[in-house]
Amino acid sequence: MLTSPIALNTIRFVLLVLAQVLIFNRLNFLGSINPMVYVLFFYWYPIRINRPLFLFLGFLLGFSIDIFLDTMALHAMAALTVAFSRPVLMRFCFGANFEFQGFTFKSTTKVQRVTFLALLILVQHIVFFTFEMLSFSHILLILKKIVFTGILTLVLCVLLSSLFATETD
Amino acid sequence: MQRIFNFILNNKNAFLYVVLLLFCLVVTIRSHSYHQSRFFNSSKWLTGTILSAQTAITDYFHLKEENQRLVKENEQLRLQLFNDGNLKTQDEVPTGAFEVINARIIKNTYASPRNYITLNKGETDGIEQDMGVITPLGVLGIVENTSAGYATVQSVLNTKSNINAKIRNTNYFGSLIWDGMDYDVVQLVDIPRSASVTVGDTITTGAMSSIFPENIPIGVIKKYDLNQNQSSYTIQVDLFNDMANIKNVYIIRNKDRQEILELQKSTNAN
Repeated sequence: MLTSPIALNTIRFVLLVLAQVLIFNRLNFLGSINPMVYVLFFYWYPIRINRPLFLFLGFLLGFSIDIFLDTMALHAMAALTVAFSRPVLMRFCFGANFEFQGFTFKSTTKVQRVTFLALLILVQHIVFFTFEMLSFSHILLILKKIVFTGILTLVLCVLLSSLFATETD
Repeated sequence: MQRIFNFILNNKNAFLYVVLLLFCLVVTIRSHSYHQSRFFNSSKWLTGTILSAQTAITDYFHLKEENQRLVKENEQLRLQLFNDGNLKTQDEVPTGAFEVINARIIKNTYASPRNYITLNKGETDGIEQDMGVITPLGVLGIVENTSAGYATVQSVLNTKSNINAKIRNTNYFGSLIWDGMDYDVVQLVDIPRSASVTVGDTITTGAMSSIFPENIPIGVIKKYDLNQNQSSYTIQVDLFNDMANIKNVYIIRNKDRQEILELQKSTNAN
């Protein structure tokens, strides 16, 4: 049905924003842990991309969530940085051959994919929580938030990505 | 010139990243010291509509609980009324400086250091910036931004929040702030050392603000310490409100606020 990548990614974009705002930011698991699952957008996005467009989409995704949650531009900053660092992380996880035409996600191992996802989440969480506090005296609190929220985000993202596994790319 | 253009074109992704990142930094850091952005907040039409559609559904699950809470509040108000002997019929509106507008929360966060709450009432209901927001139990925050149908509130759980508060039945007042750590506990600072502070005492709003009426409850003293230079107390206050579980709120309008502000302004100018 959804063969057009533009339609697919538009729907993904909208659904991820709504899921993040209406479901995952209301979890408040153990008091204050709200996983940031919209990072899946960057995990699912096609490998061969128009980079400026991808950066802009990342920014837009984060900023839409920011407007709903009144978090200034923190999610935008995190999402933008994730989008910017994605090629580097891909090279790190899948080796240099990910740039070749024949490369697909299918040809990678499960470990490689989870590592890739975990690194995306790490970048996102470090940027988000550092700028949320913006104070060195709270460094322990920041680290605590990065670790706990990061773990929950990773678990949920692995579950969601296997639930909505795509055949393309 | 040609070289500069080539350089920019060759690194266009990095430039795009830096430009967008700078925009984010400006929006974020500006709101550290100043108000939340007027253009990008959840009081806008689209976000408000989506958020209130969601609460329209989820509210049904709490109806019974909310009902009991309202009845309990009514009971308490009746008790006060009967014993003050000042009963009025429904169409006799009491006169005074304060008006009350009710509203429902459609978005509430308490996990971040700067929390904002979104309400389902806006300018068409007479809500303006810097009005106080309370619940039956105590103080909740101050209105920050409004649109036609919605408003955002700076919660007391916001590191920028600063509300005038005092220890009940004394005239020692200080500022109520939040350190961003625990969503049940806020801090009352600048209470002079000469005040007698006891654990369990009630903290209420002070008379120094034109936003809240005096003596609205906030919380009880959990523990206290002298601050670093030993001159005043830093008091940990346990909030009466369960910030994670609030539905209905009241917005307070002070009809004299404009006059007070103008007077203060002209006094400062002289």
